Amino acid sequence: MAAPCVSCGAAASYRLFLAGRVSFAREQGLWKAAAAGLQTGTSCQILRLKHSPAVTTKKNVAALRRESYTVDFIKKQIEEFNIGKRHLANMMGEDPETFTQEDIDRAITYLFPSGLFEKRARPIMKHPEEIFPKQRAIQWGEDGRPFHFLFYTGKQSYYSLMHEAYGKVLHVEERQDQLRAKGLFSEKPKTKDPIGSRWLIKEELEEMLVEKLSDQDYAQFIRLLERLSALPCDAAEEEFVGRFRRTVTVQSKKHLIEPLQYDEQGMAFSTGQGKRKTANAEAVVYGHGSGKIEINGVDYLLYFPVTQDREQLMFPFHFLDRLGKHDVTCTVSGGGRSSQAGAIRLAVARALCSFITEDEVEWMRQAGLLTTDPRVRERKKPGQEGARRKFTWKKR
Amino acid sequence: MAPGAVLPRLLGAGEGPGVARAAGAPPGRGGGRGRALSPRDAGPACSPPLRPDLSARILSEPLKHADFFNVKELFSVRSLFNARVHLGHKAGCRHRFMEPYIFGSRLGQDIIDLEQTATHLQLALNFTAHVAFRGGIILFVSRARQFSHLIESTAWSCGEYAHTRYFKGGLLTNAPLLLGPRVRLPDLVIFLHTLNNVFEPHVAVRDAAKMNIPTVGIVDTNCNPCLITYPVPGNDDSPPAVQLFCQLFHTVVTRAKEKRRQLEALHRLQGAPGPHPADPTAPGAPSPGAQAGLGVDHSP
Repeated sequence: MAAPCVSCGAAASYRLFLAGRVSFAREQGLWKAAAAGLQTGTSCQILRLKHSPAVTTKKNVAALRRESYTVDFIKKQIEEFNIGKRHLANMMGEDPETFTQEDIDRAITYLFPSGLFEKRARPIMKHPEEIFPKQRAIQWGEDGRPFHFLFYTGKQSYYSLMHEAYGKVLHVEERQDQLRAKGLFSEKPKTKDPIGSRWLIKEELEEMLVEKLSDQDYAQFIRLLERLSALPCDAAEEEFVGRFRRTVTVQSKKHLIEPLQYDEQGMAFSTGQGKRKTANAEAVVYGHGSGKIEINGVDYLLYFPVTQDREQLMFPFHFLDRLGKHDVTCTVSGGGRSSQAGAIRLAVARALCSFITEDEVEWMRQAGLLTTDPRVRERKKPGQEGARRKFTWKKR
Repeated sequence: MAPGAVLPRLLGAGEGPGVARAAGAPPGRGGGRGRALSPRDAGPACSPPLRPDLSARILSEPLKHADFFNVKELFSVRSLFNARVHLGHKAGCRHRFMEPYIFGSRLGQDIIDLEQTATHLQLALNFTAHVAFRGGIILFVSRARQFSHLIESTAWSCGEYAHTRYFKGGLLTNAPLLLGPRVRLPDLVIFLHTLNNVFEPHVAVRDAAKMNIPTVGIVDTNCNPCLITYPVPGNDDSPPAVQLFCQLFHTVVTRAKEKRRQLEALHRLQGAPGPHPADPTAPGAPSPGAQAGLGVDHSP
């Protein structure tokens, strides 16, 4: 009985509110008139109260209101988008039938060139599904009966998903029991793809279900899916679990390895570049050699008197157990002694990638030999003596 | 056992809210709603609404008989005993208000009086059938994790609703805010477990009483039967007992909906007011029930 009362209650209260306002204004006007009459002595003059019902009390700003779009509105937007797409294709002189989203984007950037730096502020023309946020349609029919059997829980999609997943777990366990009873059960070890896929994150699940979830809900769901995937499933259950996994690009596969080059004498060599602070280095590593390193035409012993810098040069070779087997010729400029050494080390490591196997490249990457050191000198700030050092604090 | 002496406050109270609620809800049911994951056993969809006098006649017909849907034949004291419905908790867990329903105590374990259970269960099932016949929304509530899946499946298969999850505070009392502006609340709440996971009375018992929603509840020896409209003393912890109750409610709801469909079809065929609405010649399975309900059972 709450539902009818709410609507008529709201209507009644609105009418009361209006009546209240009018009577309040009239009262105020009368009171003011009476006061004016008392003060000035002329009781006939009625001061009109300038009543300006401005919406200053409640923040009814469009940006803060929750916009809810009706189904008809979205449908109309989709029709307009499709018609506009065809017009755009005609304008650009292309075939309206085979006009894809990339063509639309190109056409819009051509017709409406924008110098704005914020990419999201530039003109776009996308399908309304991507622009208007996904919303829930009305959840019940004309007689008031909700469509979904778990509507009264509040989170119908999430709980129905849990129900479905648990049902599958029970089904698989029942099948296992039947096989065990018949004696046909075999303990097959589950082989799963260890790297390459991950469970979808909470935001992705929320987007999929169009519902807000808590962290505990998400954790429960993942636990249930883990339990299901640990059991021996058949194709239908695998497909169900697969809906909640996303592929992950493996990091080391992105690294492009240059093929070996050969010079006039047939010696294999490879080049690499490296940077550290403001030093830039370019190294050429030869396949066969005796461990000679030449920097800017000078031997490494003379160029780097300090042992620490020479150790930095040695490190890639030492890591791969190829200490006396390669010759290096490199050029370096900029920076100081230590940063030049670091730059040459990076260049040499990158050049060495062409000579070694993929696993060794992955080990080098994990050891940090192939990563540019991002640290640069931090600027000095005004009001401080250095980048971090403050002036001496004096109490008085 | 004299049923009249035992029943505290039931016979007059039961019909009233149900009738008022059903009258408040629109009698005709329109068709053509798109359903995804909807309860399977839907009402008469895609059929024009009946004339008001015919629908009034259909709605008043079951109220003239004590057991129109013949729920008595669905169970017996023997079947309740076989499903272990008589087993209560230990005497230390006994709730004071459950003492009238307890037959005795055996080796420290309370035994529930199945004769009383049978009477209460018959009333509860009859009321459920009437609510389902009038197109009411039935909500199955329980907080036992062991039977959550079973209860949700039961609700789905008979076309009603279930809530076996964490019960949010103002779900019934603040429904327009939580569920939507013009939501329709359940017309009957069936508790298969009256207690929640910390052995306290479920919040929905009190909230349904606040919102004037009639409740049917399986009360064990450690439960409080006070706020429940149709308490059914019985075991709620053994799987066979809960399965039996789920199956009974499912049968009763489907039977009532089927009866409603048959009566509407009959009236549509007859057009003008027919000779006797609940004909013995009406097709379908529960016709012996209708016959038995008509002539025989006018119990005082």
